[in-house]
Amino acid sequence: MIRGFTVLRSSGIALLLAAAAISASTAGIAPLGVDKTPRRSGYDFMGRETRAMQDDDAANPGMLWVLDGEALWSRKAGAAGRSCFDCHGDARSSMKGVAARYPAFDAARARPVNLEQRINICRSEQQNAPPLAYESKDLLALTAYVGRQSRGLPIAIAIDERTLPFLDAGRETFNRRQGQLNLSCAQCHDGNWGKRLAGNVIPQAHPTGYPLYRLEWQGVGSLQRRLRNCLVGTRTQAYDFGATELVDLELFLMWRARGMKIETPAVRP
Amino acid sequence: MARAIVNVPASARRGEIIEIKALVAHDMETGFRRTQLGALIPRNIITDFVCTYNGAEIFRAEFYPAIAANPYLAFTTRVTESGTIACTWTGDNGYSLTESAAITVA
Repeated sequence: MIRGFTVLRSSGIALLLAAAAISASTAGIAPLGVDKTPRRSGYDFMGRETRAMQDDDAANPGMLWVLDGEALWSRKAGAAGRSCFDCHGDARSSMKGVAARYPAFDAARARPVNLEQRINICRSEQQNAPPLAYESKDLLALTAYVGRQSRGLPIAIAIDERTLPFLDAGRETFNRRQGQLNLSCAQCHDGNWGKRLAGNVIPQAHPTGYPLYRLEWQGVGSLQRRLRNCLVGTRTQAYDFGATELVDLELFLMWRARGMKIETPAVRP
Repeated sequence: MARAIVNVPASARRGEIIEIKALVAHDMETGFRRTQLGALIPRNIITDFVCTYNGAEIFRAEFYPAIAANPYLAFTTRVTESGTIACTWTGDNGYSLTESAAITVA
């Protein structure tokens, strides 16, 4: 009995070690100071209660937006009288993995577009409907619903010669000092992540869960809203919603988080 | 539009204690905030929450302006029989919303 128990225990430890090695090499949950360049989602910096809120669909307020998006998906809109469902069918299969690929290159516009812009392109070109305003409830709901279909899938931004210049532009924005405080994104999120800015832990700025429910906002917001928050925080003139600079930055951040798992709709403090 | 989520276990044993989770979408506008032009934004909150189990009230709560938007409540009850657990939120400006969930006693 005792021998069997010992064997079980030691094999259990071996399994734990193997699991730790895997997580340290892929991304995610390596403890501070063990790996020099671990990538960690903002989820890893949150408190226990906030994590529990994100993990439970019955407690995650972002699911209210997802459910709204599900209703909007099959609602006919615009002069064409078509719904998203009429072209795309069931989003649970057709939209699986889509959000993990955005921002993606749009040939007609010769530049990358983000998911919100993609939805509005569909609205104006396929539904003949007016575009939804940035941060409007309907646009956030549709984006959250589409994003939800990719939950758990790795971010898979494809970079080719067409998107490379935009990726470089985004990287340049990320590393450029700007604003009255003369700070770049990289100074906080590459150089000082894990430390505190006032009471809050500085995360690594991996956009894994957008659009997400932020407790501070008491609502769902897009990645661009978050980026504009940061810009205002460094006393920089914030770019307008949908500005090419913001989309390029989104592209760079998603590429930087490639391989990490989508959490939409995430919850953040 | 789905604006509330009520979650109970689909089935439970008689006498078992289950958790009921109720989440509702509501701005919970406090009535103390002002617009950029200085005009007071009128109060618009949920004031009452009632949960019934086959028509009998099992839980009641009063809400006040300091409660955050999209309020979430979790509470427990003892399972007695199969039936419906219904949650009703009422509030300012004639707001009323009922969402229910079914439970089967195994």
